[in-house]
Amino acid sequence: MLDELVELIRTAVVRLPTDVRAALEHALEAEAEELPKLQLRMMLENAACAEEHRIPLCQDTGVPVFFLRGEWEPGMEHLLAEAVRRATEEVPLRPCIVHPLSRSNTGDNTGVHVPVVHRLGHEEPRSITFMPKGAGSENCSAAALLSPSAGAEEIAEFVAEVVRRAGAKPCPPVVLGVGVGGTLEHAALLSKLALLQPLGSANSEPELAELEERILSRVNALGTGAMGFGGRSTCLGVHLLAAHCHTASLPVAVSVQCWAHRRATLVERAGRLEVVQP
Amino acid sequence: MELELPLERREVGRLRAGDVLCLSGTLVTARDRAHARALELGCAPVELKSIYHCGPLVRRARGGWEVVSAGPTTSARMEGYIGSMLELFGTTVVVGKGGFSEKARETLRDRCVYLAFTGGAGALAARAVRRVVEVHWLELGMPEALWVLEVKSFGPLVVAMDARGGSLYHR
Ligand code: SF4
Repeated sequence: MLDELVELIRTAVVRLPTDVRAALEHALEAEAEELPKLQLRMMLENAACAEEHRIPLCQDTGVPVFFLRGEWEPGMEHLLAEAVRRATEEVPLRPCIVHPLSRSNTGDNTGVHVPVVHRLGHEEPRSITFMPKGAGSENCSAAALLSPSAGAEEIAEFVAEVVRRAGAKPCPPVVLGVGVGGTLEHAALLSKLALLQPLGSANSEPELAELEERILSRVNALGTGAMGFGGRSTCLGVHLLAAHCHTASLPVAVSVQCWAHRRATLVERAGRLEVVQP
Repeated sequence: MELELPLERREVGRLRAGDVLCLSGTLVTARDRAHARALELGCAPVELKSIYHCGPLVRRARGGWEVVSAGPTTSARMEGYIGSMLELFGTTVVVGKGGFSEKARETLRDRCVYLAFTGGAGALAARAVRRVVEVHWLELGMPEALWVLEVKSFGPLVVAMDARGGSLYHR
């Protein structure tokens, strides 16, 4: 199991998922200006280079975050931490994890509540998704408790403002995960789960799909563009997940993800574990 | 355009926002903590004329170090230090991503140029690193240490903020 987990981590940090690549290629085709085009070409070239040499495509191998679906034994957290330690040596990963105040680096990418492990539902097949979260983009993520009367337009306005303020910092074109409803922490978790959706897919509820579209076009009208050099490609996709919430509140969280939208999943099928990517 | 580091102020003044170039020579990585320490001490163990905002992923190899992945980090975090760096260390080249705010256009004027490398392109950047010359302040952690890198044709780098007030981020 440990070997498979290390392989899961390696795949995620080395190989840019196909959906992201396709979205970058599409953005490159749609782009008219030279400088943003150059940035998009570099991103694609970098992804190919990382895959060929089996090295992390970005040096920021991020905060390790796992999403567990289905019934996994209670000791999984320890095994995941062990896998992160081994991957840090073997892949390798950059030791990124520090104490929040002393800032001293643990050296192995683990720490108190790190790796971050989310256990979700009981669906079959069992799976473990790994999504490393880089700081450049995460530092631009935000949440707000909007007025309950805000509605779709104000939600879109809030998200667009988050992206406008972020400028070139999160390595655009970004991918946005938006969580609407629930409580503060639930909206934040939904915003991360939204990032696990395949790029280009839409929410199954028409009203929410419409809001995803509205946010996407607003954000792409900002003109930030690839690495802040203008043009049409500020955002590759918006994914939104919603929960019911209190009649007096409207929590909204947005997880800003960079173009290096890395993720991989270990799926159990007929007792065998296999790494898959969107 | 191929340029050899370090750059003198005179050479920096000739660059225009939007130019694309490659660099060869010595670049020193520095992030938040290295900036803070250098300014607190008022000195550094290595010349800081050419700074790379980067926390590289490095591994031990053949008795030395090998850079595995080394794209730029977000420069905005270092903005508060940049004026003092220019004063104290005569920095003329800063490589990073995302740029500085509007205010920094004046700070850079006549002294320093800001070059952007594609964020996240760590694998490509590492291929331009010929050798790790030395490392200082490793006790700050791998990402925060001062890595002295010899680079060859590192680029394409975009002149994103020039020394004449020009900036691609503020159009
Ligand atoms: S924001 Fe993403 S792509 Fe950019 S440096 Fe950080 S992890 Fe890498």
